[in-house]
Amino acid sequence: MNALLLLEQALNGLQFGLMLFLLAAGLTLVFGIMDMVNLAHGSLYMIGAYLAATLAQATGSFWIALPLAMALTALIGMALEAGLLRKLYERDHLSQVLATFALILIANDLVRMIWGPQAMMLDAPRALAGTIEIIPGAPYPAFRAFIIGVGLAVAAVLYWLIVRTRVGALVRAGASNREMALALGVNVKRLFTLVFGLGAALCALAGAMLGPLLAVQIGMGESILIQAFVVVVIGGIGSIRGALVGALLVGMVDTIGRAFLPALLRGFLTNNIADALGPTLAAMAVYILMAAVLYWKPTGLFPARG
Amino acid sequence: MVLVAAVGFPFTAEALGSGYYVGVATRVMIYALAASSLNLVLGYGGMISFGHAAFFGAGAYTVAILAQEGVGSALIAWPLAVAVSVACAIVIGAISLRTRGLYFIMITLAFAQMLYYFFVSLKAYGGEDGINLAARSHLPGIDLRDETAFYFVVLAILAGCLYLLRRLAASRFGAVLRGIRENEGRMTALGYPTYRYRLVCFTLGGGIAGLAGALIVNQHGFISPNLLDWTQSGTLLIMLILGGVGWLYGGVAGAAAMLLLEEILSHWTGYWKLGLGLVLLFVVLRAPGGIGSWLARDGARG
Repeated sequence: MNALLLLEQALNGLQFGLMLFLLAAGLTLVFGIMDMVNLAHGSLYMIGAYLAATLAQATGSFWIALPLAMALTALIGMALEAGLLRKLYERDHLSQVLATFALILIANDLVRMIWGPQAMMLDAPRALAGTIEIIPGAPYPAFRAFIIGVGLAVAAVLYWLIVRTRVGALVRAGASNREMALALGVNVKRLFTLVFGLGAALCALAGAMLGPLLAVQIGMGESILIQAFVVVVIGGIGSIRGALVGALLVGMVDTIGRAFLPALLRGFLTNNIADALGPTLAAMAVYILMAAVLYWKPTGLFPARG
Repeated sequence: MVLVAAVGFPFTAEALGSGYYVGVATRVMIYALAASSLNLVLGYGGMISFGHAAFFGAGAYTVAILAQEGVGSALIAWPLAVAVSVACAIVIGAISLRTRGLYFIMITLAFAQMLYYFFVSLKAYGGEDGINLAARSHLPGIDLRDETAFYFVVLAILAGCLYLLRRLAASRFGAVLRGIRENEGRMTALGYPTYRYRLVCFTLGGGIAGLAGALIVNQHGFISPNLLDWTQSGTLLIMLILGGVGWLYGGVAGAAAMLLLEEILSHWTGYWKLGLGLVLLFVVLRAPGGIGSWLARDGARG
């Protein structure tokens, strides 16, 4: 097997994993702190991507569009939290599933109303259109490298925020024991809105970053949402560290599986069977990973509640 | 009374020259069956399965694949569809039931996704595009190609399954299930093998969903992996929540309400999902127990 190719695919896996982390970080906090199933998280990602694409067209600059889209999506997320989702915290998971599923339907049709049914184009900034050599001898798209850099930076900032700051301490307290945090007088209302806004901003960031690589279209949130859920569950609900580890695992398994599993199987199966089985196993790999993790560790790798 | 109305419906519809609605009603009943099977798992068993479409789709695929291979008899294909779904449900249930709460929701979802990708990669049977059903299954003595005849077969199956569910809920098995739902620790302490009871319940639900799948592929004449997508599992859940979880007719009421709403709204506007979403939100916020609790409340008032 070609070592350079393997390295390149590993970078792709890292890049995809870090983007999943952006989505999963917000999701796991909402999940863990508010004990809330939020299926509409993918819709925020979609809205963020659409806003970024529109603003990039309007201003002509990716760099202006990105922070604006993040801020707008954060505002939308906070408005949603304060106006609607707050009422659902005390309800059972089923009601939350129903309500946020309804939000997906509403968001998809609203986006179709505003932007039309066609997919939108979001171009990578021109400065990052070329390639760079991270590994000597193997040119790597600069934009993907940039995504990796941003992902790592966000992970570092989040780590600092959660572990070193007062807000982070409150968040951790909320995730490990909500009632106790409440009893100790934490202003949970404001905290929840804040966390939700942060999650929404991260959604928009992921949407803007992945926009140039994947299509900006209706329904883009649904498929990636499930992968983000997988990440959250593998890592342990409510744990940022778990989300990071889970996201990298899922990103790597998915990317490397798709790239190498068919070839790998060809080594010890007949070509026909390998060609049929390879892509199937590669697509299923992430879910098999999750089922395996839950089988042996039913509360994920890094349970926040203990 | 509902049954009488259901029996009379196709004749009235045809007399009025709107045979189209017989098809709609059949679809409603098939989804009612699927949602009722989820009701057994969720309403009686207390297990929030977010992968129920997997069994629905597995049943449908079984019938379609058998038809393509030349086995068109409903007497063979439909029981096999149930058997395949039951087999899937045993495996998925046995592993998933080790987990609890949110993790259970997610692991059932994961298994459904696995099946989804499994069928996507079945290139011999259409892959991502799905396959057409070679011909409707045939029953000796009944021509299923006739919409009205098919309607009555579906009605009979739905009525039979609902009767079965009612007997089940009233039986000792049902009482144990309710006990487990309310307080599993207590039932374990009383010496009940709760894991096994839950697994049987989960498997039964999967089997009935498989039967519904066998019917839906006959109705549509087509099956694609979309029938196993997670949004489909979500739709089944939502039908049930809309109708009333744990109420015997919750699945029926929810499927009817949701599909009719879809039918009406889509006549009216291209943005029917928006309307549906708003109605769902209203139900969550104002009528949390679904249609069932509404009826019960009105009954108490009147």
